Amino acid sequence: MPKLKLKHLAAIRWFHWINFPLLTLMIWSGLLIYWAYPIYSIGPIHFPQWVFRVLSMNNRLADGMAMHFFFMWLFVINGILYVVYTFVSGEWRLLVPRSRETFRDAWYVVLHDLHLRKDQPCQDKYNAAQQVSYSAIILMGIGSVVSGLAIYKPAQLSWLATLLGGYPSARLIHFLLTIGYCLFFVVHVVQVILAGWNNFRSMVIGYELVEDHE
Amino acid sequence: MSNRHPEIALPEPDLKRQLRRRTRRDFLISGLAAVGAISGYEWLQHSEEDNGEPVAERRVLEFNRKLAHRYVSDAHLMPTYSKDQIQYLKPNGNVGVDSPLDLNAWKVQVKTDTGRETLDLSLADIKALPRVEMITRFCCIEGWSVVTQWAGARFSDFTKKYFPPGQALPQYVYMATPDEDYYVGLDTKSAMHPQTLLAYEHNGKSLEVEHGAPLRLAIPVKYGIKNIKRIGIIQYTDKRPSDYWYEDGYDWFAGL
Repeated sequence: MPKLKLKHLAAIRWFHWINFPLLTLMIWSGLLIYWAYPIYSIGPIHFPQWVFRVLSMNNRLADGMAMHFFFMWLFVINGILYVVYTFVSGEWRLLVPRSRETFRDAWYVVLHDLHLRKDQPCQDKYNAAQQVSYSAIILMGIGSVVSGLAIYKPAQLSWLATLLGGYPSARLIHFLLTIGYCLFFVVHVVQVILAGWNNFRSMVIGYELVEDHE
Repeated sequence: MSNRHPEIALPEPDLKRQLRRRTRRDFLISGLAAVGAISGYEWLQHSEEDNGEPVAERRVLEFNRKLAHRYVSDAHLMPTYSKDQIQYLKPNGNVGVDSPLDLNAWKVQVKTDTGRETLDLSLADIKALPRVEMITRFCCIEGWSVVTQWAGARFSDFTKKYFPPGQALPQYVYMATPDEDYYVGLDTKSAMHPQTLLAYEHNGKSLEVEHGAPLRLAIPVKYGIKNIKRIGIIQYTDKRPSDYWYEDGYDWFAGL
C-alpha cells in the first residue's frame, strides 16, 4: 500500500527556495561587478563579452556593487539560519559525511549515475554523493563570505586577504567559487530532472509518495 | 494539514486526494511567494533613487558604512610591500586634471569652517612637513589593483599643523581639484589614518601630471576614486561633502 512519507522539513524547503533567488542575485550583481575587470581565462577562453551585451550588463558597476552589498545580508542570514537549523533539527546527521567510506560511496554513486557501475551503495535520505556535495556547497558558501570580506575590506581585514594569498588571489577565489555554484546548479538540475516528479514535488510539499513494504 | 506527521497512511483513494490537495496548496503558496519575490525585486529596481541607486539599497549602504566606519582604526593597515614588487600604475580618469596648470603658481586652499580665513599653501609648505614613504596596494573600484609607491606628508601631520588648535575636528574632509570638476568626500577618521598621504612623489620621482601633479591624495584605505589628483581645495566640514562618483551611483564611503 502506498503512503506519504515526510522527506523535507518545511524550514529546509523555505531556506532552499529562498536561497535560490538570492544566490542568483548575488551572481548577477557579481557579474555586473566582474564586467569592469573581466580578466580571468582558461587559456584563450574568457568570459564571453556578448553575454554582457545581450543581458545589458555593460557600465553597471555601481548598480552591481549597490545590489551585491544589499543582498549579501539576506544571502548570509538565510545561509546561517539554514546551517543552524540543520544542527538544531538533527538533519545534519543525514547531510554530513560521517566516514571515509562516504567519499568512496560518493564516487560509486557518480559511476552508477554515469552508467559505469551497476549497483548503488545503500543510502539513507541522501546518497553519499549528495552528502558530499550538499556539505561542500556549505563550505563553499563560507568560502564566498570569507573571500568576499577579504576583497570588501582589504585594509580593515588585511589578515583575511593575507590568509587567502593576498588581495588578487582572494578575488580569484571569490570568482572560482561562483563558477562552482554554476556547475553545482547544472548537475543539481539534471539530477532533479532524472529523479522525477515525485522527488521534485517533495521539495515543495515535503512529502514523497512511497510504496510501503512493511 | 500540518507537516509534522512523518508518515501519512490512508486508503489509496483518500491518500491520492490528500496528495493532490497538498500539492495544489503548496504549489499555490510557492507561486504566490515567487510572485511576491519578483514584485519585490521589480519594486526595488523601479523605486525612487538616491544618487543613482534605489533608496532601499542606499539605506543598506549607509548601514554598511556605519558598521565599517566604526571598525576603521589607525591600527588596521593596508599591507606594505618592497620596492621590487612595485607595478605599473595606469593613469585612470582625467576629470579635473585635463586642463593646463601652472605648477609654479599652484596653491592649495585650506578651509576649516571655523570662521578662520582660507589659507593658501604652496608645495613648499607641504614639503616642510615630515616626509613619509610607503609602498601599498592601490585598489581601483573596477577590480584591478597594483602595488605602487607614494611619498608625501601624512594628512594627520598636515592637520596638526594647519587646523586651528583647540577646536574639535569636524567629521568630514572635502577635497577638490582647483576647478572643482572632481571632488571627494572623506570621513575624518579615514583621512587621519596613518597611511593617508598628501603625496608629491610617485615611485621615487616627482608626481607625474597624469597622476595628479603637484599634489594628490594617496589613501590606501579607500578605493582609487577617493585618491583625488591635483588637489586645489581642502576643507574640514561637519556637513557630509558630496562626491563625484557618489553622485554617479557609487558608495559614498568606498572604504577598504
